[in-house]
Amino acid sequence: MKEKELDTIINKYGADPSEIMGMLLDIQEKEKYLPKKDLQHLSVKLGLPLTRIYQIATFYEALSLKPLGHNQIHVCTGTACHVRGAAGILNKLEERLGIKPGEVTSDLNFGLKTVNCVGACALGPVVVVNGEYHGEMTALKADRMLKRLMKN
Amino acid sequence: MLPANNNIKDMRVKMITLWINDKQYQAAEGQSVLQVALDNGIEIPHLCYHESLSSQGSCRLCLVEVTKGSKTIMTTSCTYPAMEGIKVQTDTLEIKKARRLVMELLLPLAPDAPKIKALASELGVTEPRLGPEPENDNCIKCGLCVRACDELVGAHAITFAGRGVARTVEPPYDEEAENCIGCGTCVQVCPTECIVMEDQGMERRIDKWKRTLKLKACKNCGRPFITFAEIDFMQTKAKNPPPEEWFDYCPDCR
Repeated sequence: MKEKELDTIINKYGADPSEIMGMLLDIQEKEKYLPKKDLQHLSVKLGLPLTRIYQIATFYEALSLKPLGHNQIHVCTGTACHVRGAAGILNKLEERLGIKPGEVTSDLNFGLKTVNCVGACALGPVVVVNGEYHGEMTALKADRMLKRLMKN
Repeated sequence: MLPANNNIKDMRVKMITLWINDKQYQAAEGQSVLQVALDNGIEIPHLCYHESLSSQGSCRLCLVEVTKGSKTIMTTSCTYPAMEGIKVQTDTLEIKKARRLVMELLLPLAPDAPKIKALASELGVTEPRLGPEPENDNCIKCGLCVRACDELVGAHAITFAGRGVARTVEPPYDEEAENCIGCGTCVQVCPTECIVMEDQGMERRIDKWKRTLKLKACKNCGRPFITFAEIDFMQTKAKNPPPEEWFDYCPDCR
């Protein structure tokens, strides 16, 4: 990210170190991950040690230090989704994309992750794609959705 | 988190009365129960506590029973502030049982550390509750090194990363700790001796932080005694930095 862009994000939160989570989420939304250079710049601008920012970035599951996929797919494997067949959906996606959960395809187009619950158990099994919730999924539906995403 | 007890130096601070093991004691309000006990010669086992650092309550060994009003709870004494009228028990059967359990869980994390082994036998723990950790680095994640680096030194070279069982102590990105000045404070406070600092010739190495630093030799005896990074750090951060010549001679030759 360009320094100017980064400064806009920082100023949006009044350069307040306690607003660090908001800044990190904004950076991640634009860059799809948290680049080291940006965190270093943030550290200087906020007067916050890099160690502190690194601790926050590694603590939260929502933040990533490695590039995520352009299309980020989260498969819920919580109890309700699990008993309704989340494993089958996950298997299908793994097989189609050729990656394991937590990995990203080599062209950075797709990223796959498992989540333990997205709070929509009644809709299970749930797959979240780029923040959009898809309920009552099946392996077949997931496959079709993937094809649609690949076309775009 | 409770602030470091050393910071409670203000003499205007309110004095309060509390009971520890049915005896009455005076203490400054805001001091931790653990510090009050230690000041009065009452032993409570602890690993992650240091009087000059804030308390985190991460080792869980300093458990005590605190009765406040009609309620009794078991809690870590290093994070419990001394309050008027509270009654503390440090050695009941329940406490001993709980401490033994904590020790049984700590032991597999650092089975080779002398201090842990001694404390374990003192508490009557011979067998760890779990098998040894597969990749054992003897670290119990007490966070003393991180707090010392942040609060005492102010170098901010290391931090906790990750969480849960995957939690580790490391420099940012697990690369060379660029902010580390090689002062060795983390080595001093570590209860398990898992941080090793070695001087080889004119180099100081702390492998755990992947850090190698150049040493400065004493002008008189020729012994390398301080890193250049530490001199720089002192001269930029200290309120009244000593003159540069001060660092020409080692403490023995000054």
